[in-house]
Amino acid sequence: MREFYGTALANGFMLGTAQYPSPAILADAFQRSKASVATVSLRRESGQTRAGQDFWQMIRELDVHILPNTAGCHSVKEAVTTAHMAREVFDTKWIKLEVIGEEDTLQPDVFRLVEAARILSEDGFQVFPYTTEDLVVADRLLHAGCEVLMPWGAPIGSGLGLNNLFGLRAMRAHFPDVPLVIDAGLGLPSQAAQAMELGFDAVLLNTAVAKAGDPAAMAEAFATAIRAGQLAAAADPMEPRDMAAPSTPVIGKAFLQ
Amino acid sequence: MKLQLNGATLDVDVATLDELLTAQGFGGAKVATAVNGQFVPASARADHTLAEGDLIEVLAPMQGG
Repeated sequence: MREFYGTALANGFMLGTAQYPSPAILADAFQRSKASVATVSLRRESGQTRAGQDFWQMIRELDVHILPNTAGCHSVKEAVTTAHMAREVFDTKWIKLEVIGEEDTLQPDVFRLVEAARILSEDGFQVFPYTTEDLVVADRLLHAGCEVLMPWGAPIGSGLGLNNLFGLRAMRAHFPDVPLVIDAGLGLPSQAAQAMELGFDAVLLNTAVAKAGDPAAMAEAFATAIRAGQLAAAADPMEPRDMAAPSTPVIGKAFLQ
Repeated sequence: MKLQLNGATLDVDVATLDELLTAQGFGGAKVATAVNGQFVPASARADHTLAEGDLIEVLAPMQGG
């Protein structure tokens, strides 16, 4: 498995921490799935309730790698400032860089993304950019200092799966040595298995687990699918063909007419 | 002195960002701060003098995807 900025992960499952019915169910989802990375964010804290302090304590007890995001940022300045604040609070160089460009699809603004990635990489951050499958943008991100790319499967929270199989296959083939993560849009474990079968190194998802009727069971289902897809990719899948080919030997068949 | 803290207007008698955090219940909390859109590291809060009308953001770990 490819490393993420020198860090080898136990598996290819990165799981979000938002939208769960309760903190206990969130913790259960991580325990059953053994997801190796948790994504988190920063939001305004109240000096009275101090809700973020309890959340942080719970996340630390999960004993997973922490990947803070810049979710909701639309400008380079917002994203860069948020990244600096996240680096201090979470004590990590990792940052899931999101610069949103359009509200209906939550599609990344790839122009601002590249600019923010360059600024943050030069400042010592290890950037995980949420991007599209566009190869030219991917190349610009790598030149900006990114060593990991995170193309979307489909719009965030849509559950549509891998919308552009051709584009994602091309990306995998074009950047054979770059760790690639499918980030966003997955709805079912079979879609995660498909991503791993294509040779992606990890998947990052949140809504498909948190909004399932039984989030912890769904988290385990995703973990199992990710493992299956990873094993299948390593096992060198057969080439599909258009016409049938008998699997049972023809030689030795009885003449019974 | 009137300030904006996380979008709410406050009338407080403090000199520095560090004093504001203590007065507003953030003592010892895991938070990151920004003043007027600029990140202020924890190590600089005690020396960061606040001025009338400053916009202060105090952020903490939260759920995210």
